[in-house]
Amino acid sequence: MFARLAKLPVARTTSRLVRWSSNVRLTSESYPQVHRLDFGQVTPKTVDFFKSVVGDSAVITNEDDLLLYNEDQMRKYRGQSRVCVKPKNTQQVSEIVKYCNENKLALVPQGGNTGLVGGSVPVFDEIVLSLSSMDKVRSFDSTSGILKADAGLILENADNFLAENGYIFPLDLGAKGSCHIGGNVAANAGGLRLLRYGSLHGSVLGLEVVLPDGTIYDSMNALRKDNTGYDLKQLFIGSEGTLGVITGVSILCPSRPKAVNIAFLGLESYDAVQETFKRAKSELCEILSAFEFMDRQSQVQNKRFSKNTHPLAQDDPDVDVPEYPFYVLIETSGSSKEHDDAKLETFLESIMEEGIVSDGVVSQDETQLKALWNWREGISEASNMDGGVYKYDVSLPLPVMYDLIEVLRVRLDEHGLRSASDASKPVVDVVGYGHIGDGNLHVNVIVREYSKTVEKCLEPFVYQWVSDHHGSISAEHGLGFQKKNYVGYSKTDVEIALMKQIKHKFDPQGIMNPYNIIRPDPELELSEEYISSSGEANGSRFDLRASSYARSSTAVSSALSPRFLKMRKKIRPMIIEAPTAPPTAPPMMAPLFEDDFEFELPLEADADAEAEAIGVDCVT
Amino acid sequence: MSSKVRILLPVKRVIDAALKPRINKTQTGIESAGVKFSINPFDDIAVEEAIKIKNEHKDLVESIHAVSIGPAKAQDILRIALAKGADTSTLIDVQDQEVEPLQVSKILKAVQERQNSNLIILGKQAIDDDSNQTGQMLAGLLNWPQATNASKVKINSDSTVEVEREIDGGVEVVKASLPMIITTDLRLNEPKFVTLPKMMKAKKKPLEKLKVEDLGVSIEKRLEILKLEDPPARQGGLKVGSVDELIAKLKELKAI
Repeated sequence: MFARLAKLPVARTTSRLVRWSSNVRLTSESYPQVHRLDFGQVTPKTVDFFKSVVGDSAVITNEDDLLLYNEDQMRKYRGQSRVCVKPKNTQQVSEIVKYCNENKLALVPQGGNTGLVGGSVPVFDEIVLSLSSMDKVRSFDSTSGILKADAGLILENADNFLAENGYIFPLDLGAKGSCHIGGNVAANAGGLRLLRYGSLHGSVLGLEVVLPDGTIYDSMNALRKDNTGYDLKQLFIGSEGTLGVITGVSILCPSRPKAVNIAFLGLESYDAVQETFKRAKSELCEILSAFEFMDRQSQVQNKRFSKNTHPLAQDDPDVDVPEYPFYVLIETSGSSKEHDDAKLETFLESIMEEGIVSDGVVSQDETQLKALWNWREGISEASNMDGGVYKYDVSLPLPVMYDLIEVLRVRLDEHGLRSASDASKPVVDVVGYGHIGDGNLHVNVIVREYSKTVEKCLEPFVYQWVSDHHGSISAEHGLGFQKKNYVGYSKTDVEIALMKQIKHKFDPQGIMNPYNIIRPDPELELSEEYISSSGEANGSRFDLRASSYARSSTAVSSALSPRFLKMRKKIRPMIIEAPTAPPTAPPMMAPLFEDDFEFELPLEADADAEAEAIGVDCVT
Repeated sequence: MSSKVRILLPVKRVIDAALKPRINKTQTGIESAGVKFSINPFDDIAVEEAIKIKNEHKDLVESIHAVSIGPAKAQDILRIALAKGADTSTLIDVQDQEVEPLQVSKILKAVQERQNSNLIILGKQAIDDDSNQTGQMLAGLLNWPQATNASKVKINSDSTVEVEREIDGGVEVVKASLPMIITTDLRLNEPKFVTLPKMMKAKKKPLEKLKVEDLGVSIEKRLEILKLEDPPARQGGLKVGSVDELIAKLKELKAI
């Protein structure tokens, strides 16, 4: 650590009294297996060119100032970029990207840098292209509700602007005060209003994107209905900055609900949570706008840092958080307060009387409404307070959703890693919460510090478990740097091959966010072998989801690099059939392949023990 | 005087404190269409304090009666007061009429007489007109002692009440016997959420509806609002490059 610091220029230490320092490990140190790809280096000439395009003040080269752009918000990843450019318009973005492409310089487009998977920060010395200076509303049509704005517009500002006009942004999330709408689109953020307003794939009407060669793709004037050929903008939604730089967003915004109510409930079991959801859907129907659940541990964590009185513990000052294992937050939004109040009241009375819900409160004013939301939205921040957090954001079928949290707690305990009070254990606790309405669970493994031991205990175990239970390993956070190796747990060979071809089509040099999602690969073709291997485990060519083990193992191998495709024959005998796995601790697949950048091993003892239990040899 | 305490809780329905009020097009008042209304936060504190007093002195407090003067929808906030622990309530339906503090005080005096209340706890002011007059005027009309801007209330066993008030440079403690009036300040307590079981019980509690005439009071207007205006928008700041430029700017603005 010190040796590395010594290599860095220290010229300014005397001239600056306050030196902003970072204790976040460099990503390249945390993941020494990841190697810098063959990109050009930033030279003084590069910086001069950038300055000539955007002006001196919009190019940041000061190392301390750059920390803001190099570090992610979870303080888990830190890149070593030497330059950040902040263009003010699309033309400037185009010139910068074109220059980078011509000189084969890697770059990372960055919005509010609130990403949760390390997808918005550099890994090595990629140039940071920050959209924060492009933050204006371009136009708003108050009849149709179509908002056109720069990608760097902060979500909360967009929503406040729309509120003035009686409209609402169809997306809301905890980081709204910092995140950019362009970043939201690039990450295909889901958030709190998805249950009501659907995903960005539906509400985004058009995009302006600077492609990796500098070409400007513009569909900002797109209509709500337009069936003329391929819907290209969809490719950029969720592309995480790998296909181009989103510079403008045209989005359809719904009318702002005039009446909003919040109910915060305490429940005795996860079954009761599901039952409440079922009832809420049928009885609240069109006014139901959010249905969030939180486990007790998440509330305890929130309480530890917010210090506020928990809404269900206000009658007893000795209780921090009541003993209910689950909490639910229900939001209704509608146009008539009397109607909504009556409906919500009837609903709450019936579930209370039937004993499905044990206790609850309802917001009486805006201040209480925000306070109640904080017990859900604040979990993310509170989870970060002990030192760090491993976040998993998964989609799972509702009945098994919470099992993952319980399985993880058991697993961490078996490895002796978890304790809320013993500071020598790396993990404080595992908390679970999320959007029941969307089948989306957030898993926060709260740690005192990031460590390889914990990471190896969790990954790829979590991904394998999710895959086994027919879930997605990333519901709304994206793949980023954290999960890029695990795409195979959620996507089939065919899908991955297509993704690689698309990436190659847009970005043949792979300069855009190069250590994220996927590398371009023109060689991969959808050969006969691919198609048959995907479905062969159960004898069907097309039922790709039928055998998740088979699918994930072969898919992961092909998601990596062509040279490992040769290993496919060796890999296949390792496939373990799902039914032999005990339900609580499914066998972990031994790491069979090497990645371009990274090589992950589960805990060695662990892998061996599990391999033994299921009667196969562990190939490492 | 009996030794029992009968609390009267006047509560007002106002535009939600967390919302930014907007002046209507005719500049005569605040835009109220489609805006969320809630209980006046200072009154909410008064309700909380009354419940607290009742919980701490179960034998002493005989009843808590909440009253609101306003449109029919003011029932909502009376229900909240009932859910939190008030026993009975009265709505004085004045529809959408503005009622000035003096008139409010007269109406409340009539309610006090009906209820035979001997402790009135109310917010120091309503956040819509910010008059900060009702408590004081009511004390004058009733000729009762008043402790305004309370930050702590203590009921003694001899039926005297000690009230702490935050003043410049310290705390002032005033003491009086019942009957008396207390107006509440922000730091007195933190209002709690209403729980669902309490909300359900509150539906069965009595809510009496009266007109002003029933109390023998008439509403007369003594004040005339000429015009409402937003404060001027703040001018954006600017960055200066050097000390000389700063001085030049300051001189230009006649600041130095």
